[in-house]
Amino acid sequence: MSELRLMKGNEAIAEAAIRCGADGYFGYPITPQSEVMETLMALKPWETTGMVVLQAESEVASINMLYGGAGCGKRVMTSSSSPGISLMQEGLSYMAGAELPCLVVNVVRGGPGLGTIQPAQSDYFQAVKGGGHGDYKLIVLAPSSVQEMADFVELAFDLAFKYRNPAMILSDGMIGQMMEKVELKPQKKRWTNEDIDEMHPWATTGKKKDRERNIITSVELDSEKHEEANKRIQAKYKELQEKEVRYEAIDTDDAEYLLMAYGSSARISLAAKEILRAKGLKVGLLRPITLFPFPVKQLQNLTGQLKGILSVEMSSGQMVEDIRLAVEGKVRVEHFGRYGGVVHSPEEVANALEQKLTGGK
Amino acid sequence: MEAVINEIKKPENLVYGKTKVLTDNVMHYCPGCSHGVVHKVLSEIIEEMDIQDQTIGVAPVGCSVLIYNYIDIDWQEAAHGRAPALATAMKRLRPDRYIFTYQGDGDLAAIGTAETIHACNRGENIVIIFINNGIYGMTGGQMAPTTIEGMKSSTCPFGREPVHDGNPLKMTELLAQLPGTAYVTRQSVHTAGAVRKTKKAIRKAFEKQKENKGTSVVEVVSTCNSGWKMTPVEANKWMEENMFPFYPLGDIKDV
Ligand SMILES: Cc1ncc(C[n+]2csc(CCOP(=O)(O)OP(=O)(O)O)c2C)c(N)n1
Ligand code: SF4
Repeated sequence: MSELRLMKGNEAIAEAAIRCGADGYFGYPITPQSEVMETLMALKPWETTGMVVLQAESEVASINMLYGGAGCGKRVMTSSSSPGISLMQEGLSYMAGAELPCLVVNVVRGGPGLGTIQPAQSDYFQAVKGGGHGDYKLIVLAPSSVQEMADFVELAFDLAFKYRNPAMILSDGMIGQMMEKVELKPQKKRWTNEDIDEMHPWATTGKKKDRERNIITSVELDSEKHEEANKRIQAKYKELQEKEVRYEAIDTDDAEYLLMAYGSSARISLAAKEILRAKGLKVGLLRPITLFPFPVKQLQNLTGQLKGILSVEMSSGQMVEDIRLAVEGKVRVEHFGRYGGVVHSPEEVANALEQKLTGGK
Repeated sequence: MEAVINEIKKPENLVYGKTKVLTDNVMHYCPGCSHGVVHKVLSEIIEEMDIQDQTIGVAPVGCSVLIYNYIDIDWQEAAHGRAPALATAMKRLRPDRYIFTYQGDGDLAAIGTAETIHACNRGENIVIIFINNGIYGMTGGQMAPTTIEGMKSSTCPFGREPVHDGNPLKMTELLAQLPGTAYVTRQSVHTAGAVRKTKKAIRKAFEKQKENKGTSVVEVVSTCNSGWKMTPVEANKWMEENMFPFYPLGDIKDV
């Protein structure tokens, strides 16, 4: 049965993971997301659904536990915040190379370095451009509510398995910590080992007599063959770009100015849009839900009508680069954002749009 | 003559055969390298225990990175040093499977020290096969955490000098102290007798996993004749004279 609850974004991740039938969670504590593992440990899903929950010795270990679990065809996940996600980059690169699905939740905090425990969006580049070594990408979903924190867990697993590629929920300390009403979906069954044999014939489950051995690996010493492996991965990213873009467009039909923002910044930008509309400015909001694949076409379709775009991010300007690439110089694109753990106000955003795009008043 | 040969070929007269678990692929190892011998022993055990369809191995980064070309079971190839983390999740998610890692000394005792110690300390119900050849074979013979004092490598060309290079690490003794390890032993494969003992040890390690006893670690003190710049015969002799005094063979823990 689905259920209405008031809960934190981090708690919603944990609840949704159990309910969608995840097989394993492996993680290491870090603020502002420790509630994910704390909630799981309190709920003890190993006694109900059979989900494994383990506190690892580091994020390096967590992500490699995901590699092992995913290699067995299991739906495995971890969560962390910025410094921990940096430690996972090696593992993510290996998983992308070995074409392994998994879910990594990044509840972003301000960096660089140990930075701060306050919310930020400064890990955008790391999330959407690869992050580790080699030519690869993550599937990146950006929730802007507690409801989406819950809903995107299953969506991320589905996309990860469909494309055999790691997926990331790129959240931030604000969404992770704030409480909202959330509808939790009914409990789903976990896949059985027989389901996995049938659905994921590539998984290492023990070599049956009637098949070749399965090998999960990212190494190929013959460079010609390795180029082929790379091409296979790149073809998936192309397909993702064609088929899996998700976004929300609000008041864009008549818009002359566009606010572009994801996650917490999108909520703030929505309020800023109202302020600007009240002033008579035709402002819309485009909120990418998938950051990779980025809504390139959707943005291009709007360029003809726009006088300017403001990218609103809790960073010094990262997504703004992807917007500029998408619009190919046809529209003026500016960035506004507070960062290092500071969250901008709707008034600041509204002012910035007026100053930077309309010449101010 | 043909009759004689046919008589010899009768199954009851068979004294030796290659296990089917070992593939026919030509191994890339240098002549005299210990890796191949350990692969054979491991494959024989998998056949004898009839667990080919229930065993999943984790390959390291090191000379044995391509072990999956030689042993016909399902494999996962881990990042350098991370094999015990993979194995942890694999065993917890598939407790009905035999899970083992196969790792060199750089993989297990340098870059993967944390993963190794914590998997062993948690008592993960896995087998760890630890090939200690005292050097980094794959990358061309650099100093390993296990390189003994005075031993030459390309990054300690005048011999390991502890004041400058640090001390060699007795990882296996260290792991034996952890409450999670069930069976910890050190073996070698330089003589037929030693090979038989190693086989017994690895078999015992797999039996421990069957009985849910915790982590088993089988160290095999090995030669890397290319890295050591010795002939296979010289390498075996050098190992006996120099490695064994520092890395004595035998069981360290058996609970
Ligand atoms: C992160 C990382 N650092 C370094 C390397 C390079 N590297 C490959 S194998 C190896 C050492 C292998 O030595 P060992 O584990 O003792 O195995 P052997 O080759 O001797 O069997 C190193 C340093 C790597 N692949 N990945
Ligand atoms: S370099 Fe050393 S460890 Fe590697 S295959 Fe050759 S002898 Fe074996």
